[in-house]
Amino acid sequence: MLNNKKKKVDLVSMLVIVAILFAVNILAEMFVPRTSLFFSVVKKSCVYALVAVSMNLLNGFTGLFSLGQAGFMLIGAYAYAILTIPAEMRDSVYQYFDGGLVKEPIFWPLALIVAGLVAGVFAFLIGLPVLRLKSDYLAIATLGFAEIIRAFVQWDKFGPLTNGSNLLRGYPTFDSLASEWFGSPKFSSTIALAITAVCILLIVLFINSTYGRALKAIRDDEIAAEAMGINLARHKQISFIISSFFAGVGGALLAMHQSTIQATAFESAMTYEILLIVVVGGIGSISGSCISSFLYIAASEWWLRGLDSGSFLGIQSTLFRGGFRKVVFSVIIMIIVLFFRQGIMGDKELSFTRIAEKFKRRSKKEPSTKEAEKEVAAK
Amino acid sequence: MNFAEFFQRNLPYILSGISVGGQYALIAIGYTMVYGILRLINFAHGDIFMVAGLLMVYISASLPVYVAMPIVIVATVVLGVLVERLAYKPLRSAPRMSVMISAIGVSYLIQNLALYVTGGLPQVYPKIPYISDTVKIFGAVTKRVTVITPILTIVLIIVLVLLIKYTKVGIAMRAVSKDFETSQLMGVKINKVISMTFVIGSFLAAIGSLLYFTNYTSVMPTSGAMPGLKAFVAAVFGGIGSIPGAVVGAFIIGICENIIKGLGLTTFSDAFTFALLIVILCVKPTGIFGEKNIDKV
Repeated sequence: MLNNKKKKVDLVSMLVIVAILFAVNILAEMFVPRTSLFFSVVKKSCVYALVAVSMNLLNGFTGLFSLGQAGFMLIGAYAYAILTIPAEMRDSVYQYFDGGLVKEPIFWPLALIVAGLVAGVFAFLIGLPVLRLKSDYLAIATLGFAEIIRAFVQWDKFGPLTNGSNLLRGYPTFDSLASEWFGSPKFSSTIALAITAVCILLIVLFINSTYGRALKAIRDDEIAAEAMGINLARHKQISFIISSFFAGVGGALLAMHQSTIQATAFESAMTYEILLIVVVGGIGSISGSCISSFLYIAASEWWLRGLDSGSFLGIQSTLFRGGFRKVVFSVIIMIIVLFFRQGIMGDKELSFTRIAEKFKRRSKKEPSTKEAEKEVAAK
Repeated sequence: MNFAEFFQRNLPYILSGISVGGQYALIAIGYTMVYGILRLINFAHGDIFMVAGLLMVYISASLPVYVAMPIVIVATVVLGVLVERLAYKPLRSAPRMSVMISAIGVSYLIQNLALYVTGGLPQVYPKIPYISDTVKIFGAVTKRVTVITPILTIVLIIVLVLLIKYTKVGIAMRAVSKDFETSQLMGVKINKVISMTFVIGSFLAAIGSLLYFTNYTSVMPTSGAMPGLKAFVAAVFGGIGSIPGAVVGAFIIGICENIIKGLGLTTFSDAFTFALLIVILCVKPTGIFGEKNIDKV
């Protein structure tokens, strides 16, 4: 009973947080000048948040250490771009391949779903051999698959479909959609936020379902989970496919953010970046992944920019030249990885009950770890 | 096409395959030894290899090549041990995945540092006299490094195997790789052994880097990632933890990769390596030499 009530409160608090995010974003869209980096940061961190959450579903909730995220993003991005480039653009985009194989575009939300589905199908096929592997072998095998996919996409023989190693462009982006609907690129970041919010909500619902609880059981103890009647292979497969589905959608969103895509960008460094986001946010915390993707993108593309261009917080130094911000940034990440292994959120979620509890704890010194645990289970 | 004809036509590729294989072998030993002892995929190893290349570029700019080479080797060894001390040692009692994440973090840090120092521009690798000269073997023109690499690799590996078999630290290494806790109880100084592993790994990576980059015109911050991953695949292929396995795996991967390039499928030379990895993991996860636990170091 108590649990149920708590669940409701948590759900409400989650919706309130999402609503606040939207409100802030819409206000910003109305009053902050368009030249601000804020909007591009919001869009990109939405994309990364979705991919980080999808990776968290595998690494944090199922205990499968997979490094194939960039590969699935690549599939999603390409599927989306190939399906949505307008017919009149095809001749110029596919100039070396006679306008390409696909001639007619499909409606873009449909293409987003198809992008996820294609990634999911690949995940199913890849998962058949790979999911039998353990921890670091799984990591290296999925990393290998991402590289194989990248090589195939760039192959000339697939040119009519993937445009070989040339870039894809001209498909609907956040900016073009916003201009179409509102007459200007205003509110393009709100579109990104909306799509991401829906996707992450779906993942949260999945994690809170029976399946999600089974996945957590697998993470905590495979043998015990199996003894409880959980089909290990099937659940791992489901988790892998769903994670890849959303990584695919995330890839499509990245394509929408960037307005051009090329396979060379989806290298293993991208997966590492996302993994580091997940670690910084806390392995096993969805809100942590979201917060840390925003902090990560904002810090690396916006706040620390001064480190690259000569002056930062009023300090001038010749050390501050191109690339210095990334160095500072990776040092910060190393410090988090080494000394704050819990990340921002640990494996807890952001919710009002937790914040309230924290205040209560301060007045009444009675730490309720049991309740916290229950809450994680409820989340 | 009969075999002789195939051999004649692909000779340049086979030769460079053997050479690249030797270079991968030198890197792969670093992976396989660290994995044997710490059960850690040292993702930063490929970047240490790249740093050795960059150091060579910068040091040889002010010093003669023969003086620069030993300095590069020593500096690389210091870097390898430093990485272990700073990034892996604090996590010794942490879950394995945390250490692996730390390794990825180190790799990210080293690449970003290199990017900052080089300004993102490819650095022209110096010509090392003698080994970059061209020679002719069976009618195929190639650099002398192609011949030197396999010989040097095999000599170094024989020395290493002897070291592991007969010296005290070698015995300690084998003990630690068999059972971490027990050997600690038996009085093996774990930290010393682990440092030694990193010394050997980085030393071989530095030599591998000197040989590897001779074949290329320049070094970039990302040029360590691919050879690093391939060397790791070689280590897995041969049976991780086994030194002969890593060497055999590295030569097989080097040769196959270059023959694929010779067939005009350059796009797939990287993909092939990973396909091989997945096949071996599914068919025989312990690798070709995996079952011989005695060789595990």
